[in-house]
Amino acid sequence: MNKIDMNDKKYTMKTANREALIGIGLVIFHFIWWFTFAYGFGSRDVSDYKYIFGLPAWFFYSCIVGVIVISVLVYIVVKFFFEEVSLDLEELEKK
Amino acid sequence: MNWEASVTLFGTIALIFLIGLTISRREKASESFVQDYFLGGRSLGGFVLAMTMTATYGSASSFIGGPGVAYNEGLGWVLLSLIQVATGYFTLMILGKKFAIVTRQYSAITLVDFLKERYQSKWVVLLSSFSIIVFLFSTMAAQWIGGGRLIESLTGLSYHSALFIFVITVLIYVTLGGFRAVTITDAIQGSIMLIGTIILLVAVIIAGGGIPSIISDLQQVNPNLITPYGADGSLTPAYVSSYWVLVGVGVVALPQIAVRAMSYKSAAALHRAIIIGTIVVAVIMLNMHLIGVFARAILPGIEVGDRVMPLIALEVLPPWLAGFVLAAPLAAIMSTVDSLLLLVSSTIVKDIYINYVNPNPSRKKVQRISMGVTAVLGIIVFLMAVNPPDLIIWLNLFAIGGLEATFIWPIIMGIYWRKGNKYGAIASMIAGIASYIVFQSFYPQPLGMHSVVTSIILSLIAYVGVSLSTNYKYLGN
Repeated sequence: MNKIDMNDKKYTMKTANREALIGIGLVIFHFIWWFTFAYGFGSRDVSDYKYIFGLPAWFFYSCIVGVIVISVLVYIVVKFFFEEVSLDLEELEKK
Repeated sequence: MNWEASVTLFGTIALIFLIGLTISRREKASESFVQDYFLGGRSLGGFVLAMTMTATYGSASSFIGGPGVAYNEGLGWVLLSLIQVATGYFTLMILGKKFAIVTRQYSAITLVDFLKERYQSKWVVLLSSFSIIVFLFSTMAAQWIGGGRLIESLTGLSYHSALFIFVITVLIYVTLGGFRAVTITDAIQGSIMLIGTIILLVAVIIAGGGIPSIISDLQQVNPNLITPYGADGSLTPAYVSSYWVLVGVGVVALPQIAVRAMSYKSAAALHRAIIIGTIVVAVIMLNMHLIGVFARAILPGIEVGDRVMPLIALEVLPPWLAGFVLAAPLAAIMSTVDSLLLLVSSTIVKDIYINYVNPNPSRKKVQRISMGVTAVLGIIVFLMAVNPPDLIIWLNLFAIGGLEATFIWPIIMGIYWRKGNKYGAIASMIAGIASYIVFQSFYPQPLGMHSVVTSIILSLIAYVGVSLSTNYKYLGN
């Protein structure tokens, strides 16, 4: 790992910062999805609820579909946008 | 006493521990006992990292208390608990590479180490050590109560003997094994949890006659159970949303999570952990809490929420399988307790003893003190758990909020904002802890939200305000 790594410090730090911003973006998207479906469909009267696979529609979209969507997004983001950088900048190592 | 279930339960636990100890023993020791014992020598791979994160966080609050509350509140509580899926990716993405790089530069082994190097201040060290010890103590007590309850419900032993068995197992294990052993068992435990919750959920759905019939049963008991608003309509959107801070994004600030975010091997391990972690947390949280809700349709009238999981498992599964499946929550609690114990003892040994009492102890001596402190701590928590309060989840959430309010800005701003300084960090910790305790005691839901939100905002203001206004003192650096 601590070989002749071409990454200079600045580049690594930039990558790290960008990936943190992606994390914030994801969590905001996740929150909006979760909130919109849960309270958008869930605030109706119970007798008007629609059901999908036996579950109330608000729950199905917000929780089940939401979880699947976010897992797929996480996979895509990590596979295609995250970079493998070396974590040892200077060769420091233990005490 | 239910022998068949007890045998598989304890058998599974014993097997997990044996594997963990054997594997961790086989790894060769590096020069630094402290680094090894408390951090596993920064060698975690992606799968183990994901599982240890999941197991550490998915503690008694989710596995015993959580399904219990879901039983009473209905689908609204599942909605709330699924917020935790965000921790699967968010924590590792935010702390991510930057934290790993910085802590390697500092040779930091604990969270307090990192804060000490970043802020160069004795007061930061003392304040953070203090809040780790106080808050994690209450978390640990809560976990031990959960473990005791579980063994009690499953085996029919008395609460005290159950607690005793639980404590002895944990103590032996942590004292002997250290961090690496704990993370390896976490990985196995995480896998059992994953499989166990799937088996149990399927069995519950079959026992209830399919999802549609369970949902309509619930609707007859109380229509609110299938709305997002909780059994008595008290789960308002603002309140539930504020849990995005408490059990979602705020989790980055928990010391037991942060320490894991500095222990992995490489960027590739981190990437794998983010993907695996998100999926595993999602499956476990969804299954666990749905089991709690559905159990209401099958076994109505359970009074103590903590007993829902064990009772429903015994109801819908053959006893030996119930024992195996319940090894999962028990394992979750144990791994949480294991890592908390290690964390508190590392705070005492590494952050206080080595920093301020004896800077250059021999390896032998550190080893003896580390194990000794770990064991003594365990015994003290046991004594606290002997007379427990009823619903462990609230105790637990109190501690989680307190830690988050203390640490979130000193950690996050410490990595991402150069101008943050020790005065800001101290101000933010004090503002965070103090306001959280005050709000919790006198005004628990400011603006309809969990009080952790207001405390985190206050501590951010303190951090930024004080850092900026004292910045001239810092120019030399």
